[in-house]
Amino acid sequence: MTNTIYLDNNATTRIDEDVLAAMLPYFTIYYGNPSSMHTFGGQIGHVVRKARSQVADLLGAEESEIVFTSCGTEGDNAAILAALKAQPKKKHIITTEVEHPAILNLCRRLEREDYTVTYLSVNGKGQIDFDELEASLTGNTAVVSVMYANNETGVIFPIEQIGQIVKEYGALFHVDAVQAVGKIPLDMKNSTIDLLTLSGHKIHAPKGIGALYVRKGVRFRPLLIGGHQERGRRGGTENVAGIVALGKAAELAQQHLADVDREKRLRDKLEQGILAAIPNTAVNGDRHNRLPNTTNIGFKFIEGEAILLSLDDYGICASSGSACSSGSLEPSHVLRALGLPYSVLHGSIRFSLSRYTTEAEIDRVLEVLPSIIDRLRELSPFSSDDADWLQEQELAISR
Amino acid sequence: MWDYTDKVMEHFHNPRNQGTIKEKQEGEEIVTGQVGSIACGDALKLHLKIDESSQTIKDATFQTFGCASAIASSSALTELLKGRKVDEAMKLTNKEIAESLGGLPEEKMHCSVMGQEALEAAIYTYKGIPLDSHEEDEGNLICRCFGVSDTKIKRIIRENDITNAEQVTNYVKAGGGCSSCLPDIDVLIEEVITEQEQIKVEQEKSVEAAKAIATAKQDSTTQPKRLTNLQKITLIQRVIDTEIRPVLAEDGGDMELFDVEGDVVKVILKGACSGCASSTETLKLAIEATLQDRVLPSLTVESV
Ligand SMILES: Cc1ncc(COP(=O)(O)O)c(C=O)c1O
Ligand code: FES
Repeated sequence: MTNTIYLDNNATTRIDEDVLAAMLPYFTIYYGNPSSMHTFGGQIGHVVRKARSQVADLLGAEESEIVFTSCGTEGDNAAILAALKAQPKKKHIITTEVEHPAILNLCRRLEREDYTVTYLSVNGKGQIDFDELEASLTGNTAVVSVMYANNETGVIFPIEQIGQIVKEYGALFHVDAVQAVGKIPLDMKNSTIDLLTLSGHKIHAPKGIGALYVRKGVRFRPLLIGGHQERGRRGGTENVAGIVALGKAAELAQQHLADVDREKRLRDKLEQGILAAIPNTAVNGDRHNRLPNTTNIGFKFIEGEAILLSLDDYGICASSGSACSSGSLEPSHVLRALGLPYSVLHGSIRFSLSRYTTEAEIDRVLEVLPSIIDRLRELSPFSSDDADWLQEQELAISR
Repeated sequence: MWDYTDKVMEHFHNPRNQGTIKEKQEGEEIVTGQVGSIACGDALKLHLKIDESSQTIKDATFQTFGCASAIASSSALTELLKGRKVDEAMKLTNKEIAESLGGLPEEKMHCSVMGQEALEAAIYTYKGIPLDSHEEDEGNLICRCFGVSDTKIKRIIRENDITNAEQVTNYVKAGGGCSSCLPDIDVLIEEVITEQEQIKVEQEKSVEAAKAIATAKQDSTTQPKRLTNLQKITLIQRVIDTEIRPVLAEDGGDMELFDVEGDVVKVILKGACSGCASSTETLKLAIEATLQDRVLPSLTVESV
């Protein structure tokens, strides 16, 4: 059995040992319900409070501004729906065409009700156009939802600049920061963000826990209506162990922010190594404004799933936006939005690192990848010697 | 992650007959069939070397852009083709390609269809039939996103006993883009099903007639409960075709009657049914129950 080389940390991460140790007692020893009127349960309340302050610290927020949720998807849904309910007269939403399905599919659903949605386009680097944003904003715009960093390309949006514009029009500003938290420093005290989503399993906490930041003063309506938990902002008995884990993970993430440069150095080594060793490859998206752990590379003339399965033979885990690997028939909406040619689109691979990634792992990828790509290109009819067919086809597509 | 059979992975890792064909002897011709496009995410160039006098495929090679199952399907196709007569090869269906790999995930059936189409394109080229007079291009365009005509969709529905639009998408991609053509695909499925039901009614009529004659004969020989071997087999075949196979097809499976020895019915399970041992067992029992009920209580089923 080969060792696993896990370079798919934007999909999910390994739970930190300390996080696991912190949460375990809350399953079998301190399993009480924090709402109970006995000491056994009631004593859990302070644990939840501590976790809340740990998460608040990571965001530069106040404890009362943190609502625990079950995942990033819930946070995104709760934020948008709360923003709409708080301003019932406004019927317009602005977002981007590269958001996560948690936002995009919700918006499509809302379009079938009486909302209109503007999906801002992105340029070849994956950046939006401020003029398009300004032109789209009206007094009828209830909420603008823009992700902090893109999960597929790692491209970071200039969130505060966007927020400045949004505020001029009196709309609420939601940011899906699921991929940004723990990778870039955040400070809600000096921010235009009203609502911000994060998810535990992307920052070495378990799956099934997340949090939503709600700026003090923003009117909020719960998505899950039930008991008075989370001060009435989310019904449902608290996932105590998960909350403890998220708190610990937030604390550790804060510490690790200091050494993300190490991750960035390894990412750059991987990226430059690939570009130097393998012809006909290119990085997708804005290389400058980008998460330190992510690279998305297009390998021309071959298909992503075949690359992933070949990497899998060496225990290397990555992901692809190709149609075949996703089970849909169309390649990733994010890469299509960048306007990439089809010859690149289908052969794009995302490597995403974490604090556990080692230099030896990166070296191993650089050692095996060139021959994998070579082999698949040899099988492909689109290699250079019959470029004619390819060009004919690319022409046909642009027509 | 896809549930690929070991055979698919084996062909993916060690593809047979990749590349082009460069050399030929006197009396041999090399032709190429190409389908797919880089936009669709898969494309295949199939090269055949055909011996003119015997009309036999001497060599077959491929070049494929696509996922693991596209590469495996192409590789398996070249193996199926070598040594076949051209006219025999023409009859090869996408189902055979998928079956030779121990099956493909439903969502990946379009990879086997691509193989069949490249083969057809190559043979058309060989026979000098212009590709744009291809029957499928005569049909109406149904799916704009993937350029699929009604003729092609109907053929795939017939050949694979398809019952819903999602399957059509899995086989030929139509409907997998903007999905605006899904209602049209539903109409085509309806048409094919009605067409097949009519055929079935015709067949049943003739079977009924045969049965009536048989019973009349039995009555006269005062052996009411006994079927002749031929009657028994005919009846078994009919129950399999009209009652069992449609049910199996819903789960992507199929079966074939192999032999009948006394009261033992031997069958070959195919497609999704042939996967794991436990499902084979439940399936066998289900087939047995149906046959006992509809034909003879003493029948037992064996999977070969
Ligand atoms: C940008 C972004 N938003 C939202 C989500 C959804 O998070 P979760 O899996 O916790 O629901 C993800 C996770 O894939 C993501 O990358
Ligand atoms: S027309 Fe068929 S999917 Fe768009």
